[in-house]
Amino acid sequence: MTSTLTPTRTELNVTPRFPGMKVTQARVIKSEWTKFRSLRSTLITLLVSVALTVGLGALISAVTASHWAQASPADRADFNAVVTSLNGVNISQLAVGVLGVLLISGEYATGMIRASLTAVPKRLPVLWAKLGVFAAVVGVLSVISTFAAFFLGQSLLASKNLNVSISSPNALRMVLGAAVYLVLVGIIGMALGGLFRNTAAGISSLVAVFFVIPPILGLLPKSWSDHIGPYLPSNAGEAFWGHPTGSHLAALTGLLVLCAWAAAAVAAAAIRLKQRDA
Amino acid sequence: MIEVTGLTKRYGDKTAVNDLTFTVKPGIVTGFLGPNGAGKSTTMRMIAGLDGPTSGSVRVNGADYRRAHVPMAELGILLEAKAVHTSRSAFNHLLALAQTNGVPRSRVAEVIDLVGLGEVARKRAGGFSLGMGQRLGIASALLGDPQTIVLDEPINGLDPEGILWVRNLLKGLAAEGRTVFISSHLMTEMALTAHHLIVVGRGELIADLDVEEFVALASTNVIMVRSPQATQLRDLLLGPDVTITSKEAGLLEVRGVSAETIGDLAFDHQIRLHGLAVQQASLEDAFMEMTRDSVEFHAHTTTAQTGDHTGDPSGNQSGAPTRVAQTAGDSR
Repeated sequence: MTSTLTPTRTELNVTPRFPGMKVTQARVIKSEWTKFRSLRSTLITLLVSVALTVGLGALISAVTASHWAQASPADRADFNAVVTSLNGVNISQLAVGVLGVLLISGEYATGMIRASLTAVPKRLPVLWAKLGVFAAVVGVLSVISTFAAFFLGQSLLASKNLNVSISSPNALRMVLGAAVYLVLVGIIGMALGGLFRNTAAGISSLVAVFFVIPPILGLLPKSWSDHIGPYLPSNAGEAFWGHPTGSHLAALTGLLVLCAWAAAAVAAAAIRLKQRDA
Repeated sequence: MIEVTGLTKRYGDKTAVNDLTFTVKPGIVTGFLGPNGAGKSTTMRMIAGLDGPTSGSVRVNGADYRRAHVPMAELGILLEAKAVHTSRSAFNHLLALAQTNGVPRSRVAEVIDLVGLGEVARKRAGGFSLGMGQRLGIASALLGDPQTIVLDEPINGLDPEGILWVRNLLKGLAAEGRTVFISSHLMTEMALTAHHLIVVGRGELIADLDVEEFVALASTNVIMVRSPQATQLRDLLLGPDVTITSKEAGLLEVRGVSAETIGDLAFDHQIRLHGLAVQQASLEDAFMEMTRDSVEFHAHTTTAQTGDHTGDPSGNQSGAPTRVAQTAGDSR
C-alpha cells in the first residue's frame, strides 16, 4: 500500500505561478546574503572585529617601539615584528567567533529558523549558504584588516628600525594565515551555534575552546600538555599565523589540524540540523 | 491536499499526537479545532516537516514535503510561535524567504500590500504588534502562491476588521481550488470560516465532519426531565440514538428524543413529570462538551463501551455519553 503511494516521479505536484521557481543552492546563498546584510548588529560586530585587528595591532606595535630601549634581553629575543603587528587577531577572533554563533543561534532564539527551514525543507542548503556567506565576508574583511594591521604596525615599528617587509621570510604566510585563522574560527563559531542552538551555550563553548582550555592544559603535567597542546584549535592556528616556537606544529600541519576541527564541528552541526526537530 | 496517516509524535514519554488520520481536501477551508495542548501545533509542524513523526506519515499534495523541489509553491505555513528575526525589517524578511525559492521581488511587494503592511514594511519586525505580526506571517505563507496553506491560529491578535479580512481571504483562496487548513480553539470562528472540521483532543481525533453536521449536532436539544419516577422513565426512553445522563436523582438530561415524545411516553405509562424543559446548546458549548467527552471517553473507555453495546442503563448513568465519539467513527 505504502509503496504504491510513494511517488517515484520527480516532477512537480503543483504548477508554480512564478516561472523557474525552485530551490537552488545559489538562491539560498543569495537569501542568506540578504539576511546577513539586513541585520545591523552583524555589520557592527564585523566593524568591531576589523577595528580590533588593526587597532590593537597598531597599539601594541607603537608601545613595543616606544619601550624598546627598556625591553629585557629575553623580550628582545622573543620579539617578532610580524606577530607584534598581528596581535589584535588574538582578540578579534572572539568577535568573529561570537558572530558566527549568533548568526545561527539568533535564528533559533527568534524563531526565524522555522521560516528558513520551511522555505528550504531539505535544510542542509541553509547551513552551507550560511557558512559560505559568512566565510566569504569574514575572509575578505580579514585579509584587508590583517594586511592593514601589518603595514600600519610595521610603519610604527620603523621608528626603531624594528620593522620587516612583507617579502621577509614567513611574513606573507603569517599575514594571510591570520586571515585564514579568523575565517576558521568564524566557521567553528557558526557550527557551535548550530550544534547548541543557543547563544549562551554556543558562546560559552567557543570561549572555552579558544580561551579557557589552552591555559588549563598548561597546568597539567608537561608530558600531557606537550602532546595534546599543539593540537588544540588555538595552538594549531598559531602554528601558521603566530610566532613559530618549538612547541608548535609545523605551519602546514597546524592549518590542516585546525581545518579538521572546523570540518568536524560543521559535520556535527549538519547532522544535528538534518536529523533533529527544528 | 494534506493526508495525515497514523501520525504519532512522542516527546520522551509524553504523547503529543496519537495515531491521527485525516485528509484535508482542496477547494474548502478546513478547520483544525481543539483545546490548547491538543496537538494542533505539533501536527502542523509535522506537516511542514519541522518535526519528524515518531510514526505515521504526512503527505502534502501527494508527497513528503521534506523532499519538495519548489517548497513555497507547495505549502505556505504560518506557525503559532513567531518565526521572524526581530531585528530585520518585514521587507527584508520576506525578500530573504522569497529568494530561496526564486520568487520574484515584485511578489514581495505584492504580498505586503495584500496584508496591508505597506507603511511598516521597512520597520523592524520586532516592534510589530501581535496583529501586525500575524499579517506578516500570513504574507510569508502566501509568498510562493502555494497550493496548500496551513495557518496556526491566524486570527489571534487581529481586530474585528482583521478577522473579517482573514476570513474572506481564506475563503477566496479555497475557492481558487487551494487546500486551506487553519487551526483555532474558537468554535464560533470556525463555524463562520470553515466548511469542514477536524476536531482533536489530547492528540487524538475526536471528530472529522462538516461544519453543518457539527451545527446540527450542537443544536440537538438537550431536554431536562424532572420526575420522581426518573429511573423508570429512563428505561423507557433508552434507544440506539438516545443518550441520557443524570447529575442528580430525579433529573435526567435526554438527547435524541423530542420533548413531545417524552411527554407522551410519560403520559402513556402514567409517569409523573415535574419538569420538562428544552435547552439549546451553543456551538461553543457543543465544542466544549465534545472535547470534554473525549477526555472522559478515554478515562472510562470500558464503562462507556459497555453502556453502548449492552444498553445497560448503568453505563449511561455514569455520565459518559459517547455520542460524539460515535459520530466521529461514523463519518470516517
